[in-house]
Amino acid sequence: MKAIKKIQGIAIPMNMTDIDTDIIIPAQYLTSTSQTGYGQHAFSRLKSDPDFVLNQSKYSQAPILITGANFGCGSSREHAVWAIKELGINAIIAPSFADIFANNAKKNGLVLIQQPQDVVDKLFNDAESSELILKIDIENQTIQYYENTLEFTLSEFFKHCLINGLDELDYLMSNIDNIKDFKQKQVSNSLFINRQ
Amino acid sequence: MKKENIIDKVWNAHIVQQKQGHPAILAIDFCLVHEVTSAQAFDTLRERKLPVFDTKSLLATVDHSIPTRKNRHEIFDEMAKAQVQKLRDNTKEFNVPFYDMDSSHQGIVHVVGPELGMTQPGMTIVCGDSHTATHGAFGAIAFGIGTSTVGHVFASGCLLMNKPKTMQVEFTGEFQPGVTAKDAVMKLIANIGIGGANGHIIEYTGSAIESMSMEARMTLCNMSIECGAVAGLIAPDKATYDYLKGKKYAPTGDSWNKAIAYWESLKSDSDCCYDKTIIIDVSDLNPMVSWGTNPQQAIEINQTIPKNTDDMSKNALDYVKLSINQPIKDTKLDWAFVGSCTNGRIEDMRVTAAILKDKKIAEHITFYVVPGSEQVMAQADDEGLIDIINSSGAEFRMPGCSMCLGMNDDKVPAGSRCISSTNRNFVGRQGTGSITHLASPATVAASAIAGKIVSPIAYFNQAGEIA
Repeated sequence: MKAIKKIQGIAIPMNMTDIDTDIIIPAQYLTSTSQTGYGQHAFSRLKSDPDFVLNQSKYSQAPILITGANFGCGSSREHAVWAIKELGINAIIAPSFADIFANNAKKNGLVLIQQPQDVVDKLFNDAESSELILKIDIENQTIQYYENTLEFTLSEFFKHCLINGLDELDYLMSNIDNIKDFKQKQVSNSLFINRQ
Repeated sequence: MKKENIIDKVWNAHIVQQKQGHPAILAIDFCLVHEVTSAQAFDTLRERKLPVFDTKSLLATVDHSIPTRKNRHEIFDEMAKAQVQKLRDNTKEFNVPFYDMDSSHQGIVHVVGPELGMTQPGMTIVCGDSHTATHGAFGAIAFGIGTSTVGHVFASGCLLMNKPKTMQVEFTGEFQPGVTAKDAVMKLIANIGIGGANGHIIEYTGSAIESMSMEARMTLCNMSIECGAVAGLIAPDKATYDYLKGKKYAPTGDSWNKAIAYWESLKSDSDCCYDKTIIIDVSDLNPMVSWGTNPQQAIEINQTIPKNTDDMSKNALDYVKLSINQPIKDTKLDWAFVGSCTNGRIEDMRVTAAILKDKKIAEHITFYVVPGSEQVMAQADDEGLIDIINSSGAEFRMPGCSMCLGMNDDKVPAGSRCISSTNRNFVGRQGTGSITHLASPATVAASAIAGKIVSPIAYFNQAGEIA
């Protein structure tokens, strides 16, 4: 995974709550076996509305999305994260995120930043009334917002992976001997699958 | 000793390593695999030159993108055809057990796992599918993961995760005849919202759970994700053991007795704690029907569409072409569907056939009934259900995910309204422009006969049987 330390650029205001993964990438595009090619179909059901925020050319390749609560609810499809990354979005700011989406985001260096509802509302207002440029500093866990600085939390482990470009699978494989020992004991104590 | 609930016990039994500031390395016992979310994970293994850690802990089948017509071997969609072939090639290359279309165990992953007895109490179970919580019905921690995490489980038999919070949902009382587990879980979601259980694993308890069959428990746990829960589970009991006994991968002899003793030890300690508790009395519950574009937007069938002022509700009403204060009952339908990992098991086929017996569905309705697996289909055939269903004018089809998600040939046409035993009514979920009303199989079958949304309660006698 590529190391990410800073994300800077225009913030896209997508003022909707509970955006589900079927909206982010409809199921008819999931028959591909590749990890790329989903960006062109991202939010396709909303794009048919000419007023939809991503139809505005100024947001093309904008790296930060501001959106409502429970973003990414619904299916486990990681294609939703791949599609968003292909749009050039590297960070999403919202009051809350659905769990599976949040886990998938971590695997792809998509930074999810949780902020209180009133802060997100203020960001919406500012991004809707003028072009809002945000500077996100991963190491210091801050967002530069005009003259203000917002702070955010990140798990220690995820931050370490992100700024060093490390991968969860490498971490798991570095512990593979422990895992083998554990599984050996499990088979004799607490797993009862009949594999005759 | 600290009192623990079943979630704590199963979680703790699977921690390989827990370092300060790190997520747990959590051992995964069983991983289900299907065509849509696995190809890129097998690619990861090839790129890194890694084998599958334990091929016997995997089970693959095809369900999402396959047709459900009689001659389903012929897939006309070239992308879907290639995707299914890719799973064949990958399972062969990595030696993963695979139930293809010609196998007697093909079906929807969440129907097949329990049928084979691979799903057992106390296990950790994952799949690249958000409805994996279905397996929680057996007292397992089961949850959906993305494709990268599928790759991690393939390679290491583990994944990285922080422990979720715990929530108890107690269903008290007993259902009135014609009201089911599907209605109970839809009520829960309507009450707490689609993000109401985010970050939590639910344990379902209470008198209404104790009297449920395993099929009903699977329906209930299946929809845990629709209120945002990581997983949902039910402690194992006699019903669990009776279901498992004799299944292909269930233990036998001494091993069976040892297993029962272990599984019994997993039950939540009395006076254990949860981060949150919710109590729902089901005694007066009526059949539930969704009116909007997410599963939280649902009401009892005798209620009217609530007056909500938020933008999401307005957008939803515009999309489904309904208005506030309108009764949901008597809404005219075009399509009906019984099937999916939520309601595609033998009990669902039985109740559908019992309601359709000696009746005809309304002329303007197209009604697909799709079994969850080859085993369900064979059983339905043995019991004469397929003939009853087909005689009513409904169409009994081959096993698969079918009309649940609009990614195979089975789609609801744009602008058409479908009553569906599935789990999601998102915009376009059953096909671009489709309108979905979620309900139980009984409500779907009764509504297909009426040609409009109606309650199935009149079909049931006091003993809960269909006359």
